[in-house]
Amino acid sequence: MPDYNKKQGKGDTMAEPNIVMTKALKQRKRRFADLREHKTYYIMLIPLVVFFTLFNYLPMAGLYNAFTDYDFSKGLFSPFVGLKNFEFLFKGGWDSIVWKLTRNTLLYNVAFIVLGNICQIAMAVLLRELTFKKFMKTSQTLMFMPYFVSMVVVGSIVYNLFNYKYGVFNNVFTSLGFERFDFYQSPEVWPFIIVLIEIWKGLGYGTVIYLASIMGIDESVYEAAYVDGASKWQRIRYITLPLLKPTVIILVLFAIGGIMRGQFDLFWNIIGNNGLLLNATDIIDTYVYRSLTVNFSLGLGTAAGLYQSIFGLVLVVTVNAIVRKVDRENSLF
Amino acid sequence: MAQLAATSDKKKLKVDASSKIFDVMAVVIVGLVALICVAPFILMLSGSLSDESKIVVNGYSLLPQDFTLDAYKIVFTTLGGEIGRAYLVTIYVTVLGTLLGLLTTSMSGFILSRPDFKHRDKVAFFIYFTTLFSGGLIPTYLVVANVLHLNHTLWAIILPGMLSPFNVFLFRNYVKSIPNSLMESARIDGAGDFRIYWQIVLPLSKPVSATIGLFLGLGYWNNWFGYSLYLISDQEKWGLQYLLYRMLSRVTDAVRDAQIVVDQLPSETMKLATTMLVTGPIILLYPYMQRHFVSGLIVGGVKG
Repeated sequence: MPDYNKKQGKGDTMAEPNIVMTKALKQRKRRFADLREHKTYYIMLIPLVVFFTLFNYLPMAGLYNAFTDYDFSKGLFSPFVGLKNFEFLFKGGWDSIVWKLTRNTLLYNVAFIVLGNICQIAMAVLLRELTFKKFMKTSQTLMFMPYFVSMVVVGSIVYNLFNYKYGVFNNVFTSLGFERFDFYQSPEVWPFIIVLIEIWKGLGYGTVIYLASIMGIDESVYEAAYVDGASKWQRIRYITLPLLKPTVIILVLFAIGGIMRGQFDLFWNIIGNNGLLLNATDIIDTYVYRSLTVNFSLGLGTAAGLYQSIFGLVLVVTVNAIVRKVDRENSLF
Repeated sequence: MAQLAATSDKKKLKVDASSKIFDVMAVVIVGLVALICVAPFILMLSGSLSDESKIVVNGYSLLPQDFTLDAYKIVFTTLGGEIGRAYLVTIYVTVLGTLLGLLTTSMSGFILSRPDFKHRDKVAFFIYFTTLFSGGLIPTYLVVANVLHLNHTLWAIILPGMLSPFNVFLFRNYVKSIPNSLMESARIDGAGDFRIYWQIVLPLSKPVSATIGLFLGLGYWNNWFGYSLYLISDQEKWGLQYLLYRMLSRVTDAVRDAQIVVDQLPSETMKLATTMLVTGPIILLYPYMQRHFVSGLIVGGVKG
């Protein structure tokens, strides 16, 4: 039994060594001893705990508002309406707000994840095979440019490319003899445009991560394959790609964890509040943002947010359980 | 013997042919993609240096049409003050936020890496859980605005962005790679936990601190969302990107929704000039910054 009377150097001695210590007393002394011995740990941890409590856990209490008809003037005392907000969101089955938002959010994210990763892996593989180092470094740097620029600028770029009067594409159309096309009045094209823009923006970053993984593969494996007569295609197929698998899995799992959360910045700056395009481009996050800043229907927005969080949690846990069964090493928890 | 040599030579030739094609393809594809990444910015830059009437007729091009600095001149005279102030606000927010963020993240990551910290798994889960479930935008807004009363102040931007689970874990993993012996010997020499953190861990964790600092700084610099929620009516506290957003949407909303062109709204080249002014520094600086992104990520371990 460790003797707390004789702790070294901490100067806190128990003055009554003769008191009979009950088990509870011993445990409490142990906890406080730990507190005292590692005082600095706990102090240094305060910002972290306070931060997450205030900005993450406290808001969870606000989810209560999903069940109210929130009124700014009444605040906490807004009328309780039970599941009315959810009724409104779910009304209409396949036509419901919830279904449209969920479908958009999921489909866009799946496209981002799948296509984005494919492009990034392809880029990383190609970059590695380049022989001129300068060309590779320069290309890599250039590909990073979209990542650093803000979404507001991206929105501006998209507008300059696609608007009816001055857009680059419309000018190309007219100079080739075609009619102008009003992109901003045609919902169908935006899924493609948005996915392309998202890939364009994330390419530099993702490529670098995969490139880092690839660089970690031992050169001698490639040399052995070369000596055995393997072509570049074969070397990539049988060495690079399989060895990238763990990285891909981790990244995809992380991404799936966030699949119910959209790239709000991207959607809002490109589409904004354009009612015409909402059917094809509204995701849960933009709907919630609108309900806060445009419609002031906070109860509905909170309800949508609650739906989003629960769905997301269930999804992550489920996916992780599946991955665990299949390939235990690579699961998240 | 000669036959064997012949076949292996043939094999080598085959490999070289398809590999050569591959090499050429790689250069072409990579080059194209790199150009596509940069093209929009070149178009914007040249547009901002072009004559408005030419742009209206011909649209944008890679080279300026009728090179002129008029757009910039107008922007400087009409919006110069606003842009200058927004720069100051953004620099203030970015510097303060990044420093506070680095301080808190490194402290937290350090503690979570200490093997003798009994509760580190519980705290790690406490942080991690927030990535699985959250209250969402509106409850968070209500807390920041109504409970903490941070709206109309820049703290509403600075504070919520300081910490993130990803950064904390990144730092923790990096600290784990610092040899224990260093810290043990400091302990034996009588150093307390904070001194170990301050004098050993911090100096040694420069790579990952650079990465995290970059992430934080970039996030603060490009933030427009926070301003749109909490500072919407405090024009003198607007950050750069939000100022740009307000400027641009005045025009584009009108055009998008109703096909109206109003005389007094900023012209196309003005919008481009403003955009270039707002984003210019980032474009000039980012090549130097991207190196640190990579190295810190690698060393800190992607497999968080």
